[in-house]
Amino acid sequence: MRNLSAACYHSGVSDSAYAPTSAASVPTTTATARHSALVRITHWITTLCFFALLVSGLEIVISHPRFYWGEVGNDLTQPLFRIPVPSSRRLVPTGYSYTLPDANGWSRYLHFQTAWFLIITGLLYLIWGLFSGHFRRNLLPRGADLSWREITSTMGRHLRFQRPGAEGTWSYNVLQRSTYLLVIFVLFPLIIWTGLAMSPAFVSAFPATVNVLGGQQSARTLHFLVTIALVLFLFVHVLMVCISGFKSRMRAMITGRASANKERT
Amino acid sequence: MSDLSRRKMIKTGLVATAGVAGLGVAAKLAQMYGLVPPDHGGLYGLGETLTYASQRLLTRHSLAREFSKSQISKPPFANEVEPFTDEFKRLQAGKFAEWRLAVNGMVARPGSYSLDQLKSFPSHSQITMLQCEEGWSYIADWVGVPLSHVLDVAGALPQAKYVVYYSFEPDTWESIDMADALHRQTFVTYGMNGDDLPVGHGGPLRLRLPRQMGYKSVKYLTHLTVTDDMKKFGKGVGSVSAEYGYAWYAGI
Repeated sequence: MRNLSAACYHSGVSDSAYAPTSAASVPTTTATARHSALVRITHWITTLCFFALLVSGLEIVISHPRFYWGEVGNDLTQPLFRIPVPSSRRLVPTGYSYTLPDANGWSRYLHFQTAWFLIITGLLYLIWGLFSGHFRRNLLPRGADLSWREITSTMGRHLRFQRPGAEGTWSYNVLQRSTYLLVIFVLFPLIIWTGLAMSPAFVSAFPATVNVLGGQQSARTLHFLVTIALVLFLFVHVLMVCISGFKSRMRAMITGRASANKERT
Repeated sequence: MSDLSRRKMIKTGLVATAGVAGLGVAAKLAQMYGLVPPDHGGLYGLGETLTYASQRLLTRHSLAREFSKSQISKPPFANEVEPFTDEFKRLQAGKFAEWRLAVNGMVARPGSYSLDQLKSFPSHSQITMLQCEEGWSYIADWVGVPLSHVLDVAGALPQAKYVVYYSFEPDTWESIDMADALHRQTFVTYGMNGDDLPVGHGGPLRLRLPRQMGYKSVKYLTHLTVTDDMKKFGKGVGSVSAEYGYAWYAGI
């Protein structure tokens, strides 16, 4: 038991706070962090930003909960679809007899300020991820991952809600890797792009950003649909964290520490 | 204290000092080049400044997208307006012959113009989109005189930084910087889709700037004031919208 203090030494954190008390966990405690400090910090900043953007975005949506395709859309035109919620504007035909309070002022302020924080955080993560080899090592599916057998067996384990084994504590499987790549390199760039494509001043300088999407209202609709995709990801992400051990996964993303022993909660 | 941690502390201190100094210089430069919006204070000031500064750097001369005649929305959607006052109804009954646009502040020739006078200035048109911050939009053919021409006629002084503009509706005023005021698509608009500008759309006069959200395109325009200091107006945050909690700059 004495030698475990050596394992905690490198991180510079006082051992007593983290030293495992059960003998079973001794061999699995290590000085290498499961997630590097940069991943952990950017992960939680992104989480905060995501919720701020989601809440402010929904507030903006309820001032006109109708979606269109093409360049223009308003109360006089046919919507592509509408969300069955009351609106914060009196003129919008919603089917509800009441109007919600106007919250677009602070929502728009918060939405755009948070978007800046998210973009700066994202750029930091992107640059670091490229230079540190994080993307190549941790997110790009490994050669062996890409066999049909590996993919179907991983899917099977997920569908049976099976808890991952020890290797799942230290590394991502092929489904996780492809999902994270999709979120980081497809969904986030898309949400930023479709957001900017709604800005009349931005598209005056870069008209192609909105033209290729089929128009300003198409950009707005796509922005909403990508948001739904991101929210779906969030649900699955949190569900998976709960299935594989909420405490240990949270500990790994907060402190960087991980242990492969089973959670006893 | 070990050598290592002392070195680390000195290094951290230097980096922090450089960071603060860098931010200070950046703020000074931003102020100098007019990249700080009047509503830069408060909780969302940082985000507003980043948005305004970056859009100013990218879009100073860029033109809002223009559309073809076939893309004009029929009919255009008119948002809710306050009930008209008796005075407005009286002017409307007289076909707005008595409507005046006053121009004052930092101009060599303060004065006021009737609709006929404004219509005698070179007339321009643009088929552009009006986008509301709520999310809806329409495209219309707008006819008017570029604000830059009115400012030329009035002789706006070179040190001018903002144009403040007022509506006939009480307590309704906005302001824009000179980049937007002199932009060639910023119109004092009196016509729409081949007709007079309907009152539902802000007739007889509306300031129209297609690179910002609809709420900057103030209806029932009566008065322009050219200034170099927004602090002198209202609470100093640039517009009634900003006082009400909406961003002063609405290019996004």
